[in-house]
Amino acid sequence: MTDDKDVLRDVWFGRIPTCFTLYQDEITEREAEPYYLLLPRVSYLTLVTDKVKKHFQKVMRQEDISEIWFEYEGTPLKWHYPIGLLFDLLASSSALPWNITVHFKSFPEKDLLHCPSKDAIEAHFMSCVKEADALKHKSQVINEMQKKDHKQLWMGLQNDRFDQFWAINRKLMEYPAEENGFRYIPFRIYQTTTERPFIQKLFRPVAADGQLHTLGDLLKEVCPSAVAPEDGEKKNQVMIHGIEPMLETPLQWLSEHLSYPDNFLHISIIPQPAD
Amino acid sequence: MCVWVAALGRFSGKEVTPPQTCGQVPRSCPSCCLRPGLCSAQGLWGQSPHCVFIKAGWPAPHKGGLPVVSRSPGQGHDLYCLPLGALCLRQVLCHAQVLALGDKRGAALIPELRADPLPTLHPGDQEDPLVAGSHSSQRGPQHLGQLQASGQSLLPGPQRWNPVGGFCEKFLPSDRWQWSDVSGLQHRPLDGVALPSRHWEWESDWYVDENFGGEPTEKGGWTYAIDFPATYTRDKKWNSCVRRRRWIRYRRYKSRDTWAKIPSKDDPKQLPDPFNDLSVGGWEITDEPVGRLSVWAVSLQGKVWYREDVSHPNPEGSSWSLVDTPGEAVQISCGPHDLLWVTLWEGQALVREGINRNNPKGSSWSIVEPPASENGIVHVSVGVGVVWAITKDRKVWFRRGVNSHNPCGTSWIEMVGDMMMVNVGLNDQVWGIGCEDRAVYFRQGVTQSELSGKTWKAIVAGRESDRSHSGSSSSLLSAGCFFGDEVRGSGESCAPSDTDASLEADRPGPDQPVPAESVDGPRNPRDSLASGPGTGRTTECAVEVAGLATQTPGPGPRPGLASTPAELPWTNIDLKEPKRAPNHSAAGFPETTGLSSLGLLPLGLEEPYGADDHPLWAWVSGGGCAVEAHAVLKWFTVQSGLSPSVQTLSLSIMPAQTAAWRKQIFQQLTERTKRELEHFRHYEQAVEQSVWVKTGALQWWCDWKPHKWVDVRVALEQFTGLDGARDSILFIYYVVHEEKKYIHVFLNEVTVLVPVLNETKHSFALYTPERTRQRWPVHLAAATEQDMNDWLALLNLSCCESRRVHGRPSPQAIWSITCKGDIFVSEPSPDLEASEHTLPCDQMFWRQMGGHLRVVEANGRGVVWGIGYDHTAWVYTGGYGGGCFQGLASSTSNIYTQSDVKCVSIYENQRWNPVTGYSGRGLPTDRYMWSDASGLHECTKAGTKPPSLQWTWVSDWSVDFSVPGGTDQEGWQYASDFPASYHGYKTMKDFVRRRCWARKCKLVTSGPWLEVAPIALGDVSIIPESPGADRSGHSIALWAISDKGDVLCRLGVSELNPAGSSWLHVGTDQPFTSVSIGACHQVWAVARDGSAFYRGSVSPTQPAGDCWYHIPSPPKQRLKQVSVGQTSVYALDENGNLWYRQGVTPSYPQGSSWEHVSNNVCRVSVGPLDQVWIIANKVPGSHGLSRGTVCHRTGVQPREPKGQSWDYGIGGGWDHVTIRANATRALKSRSQETASDWSGEPGLPSMPSRVAGAPHEAHGPVCC
Repeated sequence: MTDDKDVLRDVWFGRIPTCFTLYQDEITEREAEPYYLLLPRVSYLTLVTDKVKKHFQKVMRQEDISEIWFEYEGTPLKWHYPIGLLFDLLASSSALPWNITVHFKSFPEKDLLHCPSKDAIEAHFMSCVKEADALKHKSQVINEMQKKDHKQLWMGLQNDRFDQFWAINRKLMEYPAEENGFRYIPFRIYQTTTERPFIQKLFRPVAADGQLHTLGDLLKEVCPSAVAPEDGEKKNQVMIHGIEPMLETPLQWLSEHLSYPDNFLHISIIPQPAD
Repeated sequence: MCVWVAALGRFSGKEVTPPQTCGQVPRSCPSCCLRPGLCSAQGLWGQSPHCVFIKAGWPAPHKGGLPVVSRSPGQGHDLYCLPLGALCLRQVLCHAQVLALGDKRGAALIPELRADPLPTLHPGDQEDPLVAGSHSSQRGPQHLGQLQASGQSLLPGPQRWNPVGGFCEKFLPSDRWQWSDVSGLQHRPLDGVALPSRHWEWESDWYVDENFGGEPTEKGGWTYAIDFPATYTRDKKWNSCVRRRRWIRYRRYKSRDTWAKIPSKDDPKQLPDPFNDLSVGGWEITDEPVGRLSVWAVSLQGKVWYREDVSHPNPEGSSWSLVDTPGEAVQISCGPHDLLWVTLWEGQALVREGINRNNPKGSSWSIVEPPASENGIVHVSVGVGVVWAITKDRKVWFRRGVNSHNPCGTSWIEMVGDMMMVNVGLNDQVWGIGCEDRAVYFRQGVTQSELSGKTWKAIVAGRESDRSHSGSSSSLLSAGCFFGDEVRGSGESCAPSDTDASLEADRPGPDQPVPAESVDGPRNPRDSLASGPGTGRTTECAVEVAGLATQTPGPGPRPGLASTPAELPWTNIDLKEPKRAPNHSAAGFPETTGLSSLGLLPLGLEEPYGADDHPLWAWVSGGGCAVEAHAVLKWFTVQSGLSPSVQTLSLSIMPAQTAAWRKQIFQQLTERTKRELEHFRHYEQAVEQSVWVKTGALQWWCDWKPHKWVDVRVALEQFTGLDGARDSILFIYYVVHEEKKYIHVFLNEVTVLVPVLNETKHSFALYTPERTRQRWPVHLAAATEQDMNDWLALLNLSCCESRRVHGRPSPQAIWSITCKGDIFVSEPSPDLEASEHTLPCDQMFWRQMGGHLRVVEANGRGVVWGIGYDHTAWVYTGGYGGGCFQGLASSTSNIYTQSDVKCVSIYENQRWNPVTGYSGRGLPTDRYMWSDASGLHECTKAGTKPPSLQWTWVSDWSVDFSVPGGTDQEGWQYASDFPASYHGYKTMKDFVRRRCWARKCKLVTSGPWLEVAPIALGDVSIIPESPGADRSGHSIALWAISDKGDVLCRLGVSELNPAGSSWLHVGTDQPFTSVSIGACHQVWAVARDGSAFYRGSVSPTQPAGDCWYHIPSPPKQRLKQVSVGQTSVYALDENGNLWYRQGVTPSYPQGSSWEHVSNNVCRVSVGPLDQVWIIANKVPGSHGLSRGTVCHRTGVQPREPKGQSWDYGIGGGWDHVTIRANATRALKSRSQETASDWSGEPGLPSMPSRVAGAPHEAHGPVCC
């Protein structure tokens, strides 16, 4: 029998087959072969692309190399979004592998943050975790942790070590027995159709009458356009980790099981593919 | 409310107190006025965990009366109506039950026990009135003594020998009756033995008992003597002039899960007046017979009555005894132990003293004054060691200093809060009804050390949850509606409403004749109420009308029941709100069962209270609700239907995961993985695997002398091998002579990690095959329990990962239990039973499951049962983890709270001397005067601690009367000297004596186990099954021995319902101790006298077989356990000898003789391949002998079923192993080695074709 714990494992070990191609305008000394890699969905692009960088730098002159950035079909890929979110949001309807173009020049300053080192990713990741815990437990859990626990979370993610990560992260997923869930659910809803980067509001897992809020409740409240009217045609897909959970799924359960390592539920709303 | 009192017909003409004065009425008022809501309507309840007694308190029409509500989660109970003042009882085979009655709409609401710490089983799942009751069958005079006092009827059939005709039925004139009871004094013709009441049934016909003291007699069961009455012997001698034999017939109480009126007509001591209050308790009086209950009642005249002989097998008891009181009693409360308090009219409390196992009625009363003389006690409720009281001003009081020695306590302490009533449930947990808000409160923080608790917390019992959980049950029946008026005590003129309950299911259809009560002619509205028809539906109506009658008495048509207008006895009552009529008539039809129609009903009435006003309660009883002190309760917030905790209450074991959204997520994730990975596995991984290290400080019990704990640093290094498999190494760094050294363990070599909890250390042992052979594990201790659990969980996870073992154990798994009650499971390798290159069993990998058990048994279809130290039966839920395994090492679902209770015993030793008699002053050479059983270690009452930090005391020290050998009245056992064999009576030669003191301690843990209530078990056996066997059509045979020695057969056990549905009782002449069912339905059992029995004709269609065949034990040995595999039968005697039954064939399944196989055996398990596994008692290792080692018999062949030698496996404190699920054969078949001595059948224990060959063997009882 499948257990809820298996979901954590499935989520963690999600991989996206990716083909990295060097942008055609980049100047190379010899032809750059595409590079194929399985990217962990829960990680960050700049954290797991050392090999890609090395591969393409081999064919380039040292002076042509500046900060690496990635782009998919003209859209620069934000490294501070988890890889799975980027894929779901931008490429989930296209064929695999995911074709990502690699750039070393013309960094799109207005679209992307600079990522000078892994420390920047760690800082971003830890700030997300802290923000999520502020929502969930008024920061109580994360503040009670020791520095080495924080480090273990990060190292677990960086080294793709499920046990290492979850040995600590499970404490962030607990809640007092007398409550029925977290204080607020840390979530972000992304849409390709709007300018806004994402929607994030305060939303409780349990309604005033004690009913557990569902994914549908959340969307109706904070993003009504994403939900099809009762009788209307389904226009959007609501996607987390490449799957479409039913709108009846309790939000608390989703938060415990389908959050990214940064403890946020990253929900993509994408137009229903016309097929 | 006093309207109802008047309506009782007893007080009409007397003072009728206005409702608003309830609680402040003069003392002379009928008791009910003092205690609103208690006597008027709902009846009075007394609950033990398994029995509910109720007094019909409602002004019952002579055929109608009291609708009663009782409800366990998910299961409603029936409505039953009964005459005025009658006492009814109902046996409820469920554990948890909170009952609160009487909101303003007249509904009875029961808070769901969502976080039920003792998961319940539906009564409906278990109670087949015909069979489930069978455990209550009583047994022979060996155990219960006299004939008619017991449930069993036994009749010696005496005959006298005369010189002419031999033994004949001609008697001397002075002789006893030809058919008599055991004394011979009373004439008891065979056909003249009647059942005590219609709630009993015969279990079987009369038969002759052919056993005499455990020995088979000669033909006919006759025993002989010189004359009546004399000592009878088995053998006929020259001087035997009379003979007799015993006839036996079993009866059982059949009224289960239904209300049974307790007969009072033929009772000469019939009560003169109806009952006012009732309380049930006394089921935990120290050392009393299991199942005995104390039922106490207070009559309206203020007298206290005790019901004699109430026990689980005889729940209705025998007769009422009046217990004199120094004043008029109002109310009574009886605790599970020996507390009994009564409130008096005058406001004092009476406390019963001298209640003990020999005198459950107690001996005398003491008076306890109320806290303040102007405010007398109006209500009292007692538990095991607590007394709570309410005074007239509604203040709550806790009695300080109450215990067994001082049941009166010392002083009152005022508690915060004003309550209408309080009720103490199991574990001294307390419920109350708030005075102001009439909400149901639960006292939080009640623990053994803090019995007064911390704070009151309101239980949310919303109407919403009622509706959603009532389903088709009649649970929300309108008992409470009777005191709709009572709730309206403030004088509001609102009529009581109908219930929103779903009692349609039990509601008679319109066609059903309603008893025409109108004949009586209603003299006034109240009388008409008292004579209402007896069906649930109409009674309910009566209630409503009654409520109205307080406002608008007077004749008038009752339009409510359009279907039976002519029959209505209350047509003289005008309805204030006739607009409700259509609703009612609609509700009278079963097809309009929509809750909404009923729910709409009272809307108009509700307005004064506001739309979301919570229900108003009048009464609560938690007497059947077990709440663990530290359990997490979810009663205090409204739950939604989606909450997983609701699902965990679901009693069927499988469907916890059935929510559609969950299934869909699992499915989509699988699809996603397939889509995104399947064709791309050759891609490089972005992140290279690396080493992860966890370090910490532990203590290590060092390997060399002098052995002691030394501080060590430990590090676990996890890495991923080239093949992707995870492996780990544990390093233990220590310093010796200032030199740093380390030992290391590859976790893929670890065979088991065992928690070794003791009084002081949180430690665990780590075994590898080598360490197992040495009997010397790596023993590590952590500073805190949390630290140990973290390490254990992580190391276990790493071990499982490196062996790729995870999730639920396979159905073939081998289960074992340590002497600490820890549960381990091992996946069998095919090589385990191979004839060549057998896997040594010290290499088996065991992983721990949460929970605490003494016995575990499994079969090859995934059905696993366990028995706790407290004899509670548990069934495996399919989860894993629990206990100390939290987080990733545990499944989310199917883990439940589990508790266990065991006794710690110490001995008080005394020596006789001529001056002082027996005293605690021994000879200088004597043992300690307070010692353990061996006498070698001093154990004092004060100094003895629970076995480990996980256990807490739950009782005081008390004398154990049930020790082998018997005791005198004070529990002493005598002997000539220490150490010797003790006997329970004093002789001239006895110079020493001892008695055993026991104290209960309790452990609360969690694991994948659900309780199988209510029968406590001593042994269990499940049929071993070969994996190829197609038995899908049949349920899985499961036999058990109850803790009392009854033999039971479980019906309805299947993979989907591993708990089964009901027990079938198998009659025996004496208590049994062990049972085992073989693969071919051969059932063997061991009786308490040490002899074995074979059960004939057991088959899937006749699951209980037909009769027992007595099998003598090996010479001079008393057997204690038996295990039956495919064809092999092994038995174990009390001296540790293992015996093989020789000569068992299909045509002669009993076999011919016992053959000795081995000594030094504690426990045996024979599997479906006839493989033999044992727990050996003493196994040599490099550090001395090791007790409790799992061993495997090697060389077991079809031709050599006894095998050759033992292979020693894991050990050092193992208690139990079951191999019976493992039918995993070695890949290489040995099918050519036929065993011709097995009837020449081609089928072999080792051959799959055996199953296919089943029809050939159908002629013999031992066949497949």
